[in-house]
Amino acid sequence: MILKGKVWKFGNNIDTDAIIPARYLNTSDPDELAKHIMEDADKDFPSKVKAGDLITADANFGCGSSREHAPIAIKAAGIQAVVAKSFARIFYRNAFNIGLPIFESEDASGKIKEGDEIEIDADRGVIKNITKSEEYTAKPIPPFMQELISSGGLIEWTKKRIMAS
Amino acid sequence: MTITEKILAAHSGRDEISAGELINAKVDLILANDITAPIAITEFKKIGAKDVFDKERIALIPDHFAPQKDIKAAEQCRMLRDFSREYNLGLYFEVGRMGVEHALLPEQGLVVPGDLVIGADSHTCTYGGLGAFSTGVGSTDVASAMATGECWFKVPESMKFIYYGKLNKWVSGKDLILHTIGDIGVDGALYRAMEFEGEVISPLPMAGRLTMCNMAIEAGGKNGIIVPDNITEQYAKNRAKREYKFYSSDKDAVYVDVREYDCSKIPLTVSCPHLPSNTKPAAELSSIAIDQVVVGSCTNGRIEDIREAAEIIKGKKVNPNVRMIVIPATQQIYLQAVKEGLAEIFVNAEAVFSTPTCGPCLGGHMGILAKGERAIATTNRNFVGRMGHPESEVYLSNPAVAAASAILGRIGTPEEVI
Ligand code: SF4
Repeated sequence: MILKGKVWKFGNNIDTDAIIPARYLNTSDPDELAKHIMEDADKDFPSKVKAGDLITADANFGCGSSREHAPIAIKAAGIQAVVAKSFARIFYRNAFNIGLPIFESEDASGKIKEGDEIEIDADRGVIKNITKSEEYTAKPIPPFMQELISSGGLIEWTKKRIMAS
Repeated sequence: MTITEKILAAHSGRDEISAGELINAKVDLILANDITAPIAITEFKKIGAKDVFDKERIALIPDHFAPQKDIKAAEQCRMLRDFSREYNLGLYFEVGRMGVEHALLPEQGLVVPGDLVIGADSHTCTYGGLGAFSTGVGSTDVASAMATGECWFKVPESMKFIYYGKLNKWVSGKDLILHTIGDIGVDGALYRAMEFEGEVISPLPMAGRLTMCNMAIEAGGKNGIIVPDNITEQYAKNRAKREYKFYSSDKDAVYVDVREYDCSKIPLTVSCPHLPSNTKPAAELSSIAIDQVVVGSCTNGRIEDIREAAEIIKGKKVNPNVRMIVIPATQQIYLQAVKEGLAEIFVNAEAVFSTPTCGPCLGGHMGILAKGERAIATTNRNFVGRMGHPESEVYLSNPAVAAASAILGRIGTPEEVI
């Protein structure tokens, strides 16, 4: 899988209240949630972001609540992937469970700047910065998580297991 | 092995287990609330399972926007009720019988020592106070576990935190954990287990233990945990609805980090906006004027917390520039507070005494901040916009500091008012 697009950049500790504020959680409709994506981090973000864009951030992206609304809203806003130095653990598992590609890379998150165009080779974990002609590597994805992705997420994976038993 | 590793090993049919392994483990209890259960229910239906794995081990608790604050919230709550009826679930808590989930489940003996619990709520880590492994997961995890009774985990590395010395007056579990988060940062325990022990933890009441483990997530932790002892036994024996088991850490258990804190040096601590790790001594914040005080939440809404706030506010009035909102975390705590005359103390002091709900803790309802307003709260998060407008501010403290601040109209300490 190749993911290519323009980058929006965020800092450290982007919490789930910044990704999707709790005041909008009286619904779980992805399109409704997407309207408020990253609103409390940058109030113009929902109008600026375009389908196909990507996000990079520093450490501990997605900290705070367990709300799956956060990766769902990111996905529904058309954002292809998130690259960060590190992810908060519940966000990390949620992203894999619902099929939002995420990549951990110190190097990439440090060097990519807002507006850069990048291309991610998801299978090889290689992130190319087209604007800067640089290349970074992402941490390898554990085999079990790869299995989740290739099944199409946790629900499909569970379905298969239930059918098999 | 550590207590965390032992509980995970026991639930995945293994004798030995080590940090970093990915395992599938059996869960003892699953919970979700009115924000997270709707997604879990929708996803569960996609799996096509004939039934849930166990009707008595799935707790659905409408507490965040309940009592239903608007039509959309009511629709979400109704999904929990309908699903519970459809599958005949034993642990659905209607308004009037509910409370903030992480206060309710231990109180009702539905979570017991030695359990492995997952919840679609990040503060599920609270039950580590009982010597259980519990951790927050996503709605999809809950959907899958409702069908199979299992969940995948990466076995976390453990960090040990040792508290020694003598606690200063009014310093509580809340101050210890805020201080610790201030020390290690909001990702200082990322992906890890936080094990609390030491001569200060041994006599620490269950309420304080639950408060400490509740905030493990605020340091990025996967779980917080305290090895069960006499205090655990006293707490569990009259309320446990299932058999329980005490696990402990071996002498040669492996910790990636061990930190020690001299508690005589830990002051009354406040987390300033906009991160729980942004801690300062309460005594240094006396220039910060406040508009609102909240005592409640899964962190500090237990009867011990309500008593502490009442002790300070008794016979006094809330400052004319401040609104104070007191929210007991469960119906049982509410009733107890009424019986003990605490509700009356708050009402006489001109504070609001509310029915159990998460309410303002996550900016839901019952005390939302306007632009530029500032609150001190006994809750657990002070992120941008957490209690209302993105330009409002939240300071986190223990109940005594919150109550003292309500009287003073600014951040202050109990010594200043009694
Ligand atoms: S009281 Fe606050 S932190 Fe606790 S479960 Fe409710 S919203 Fe979450």
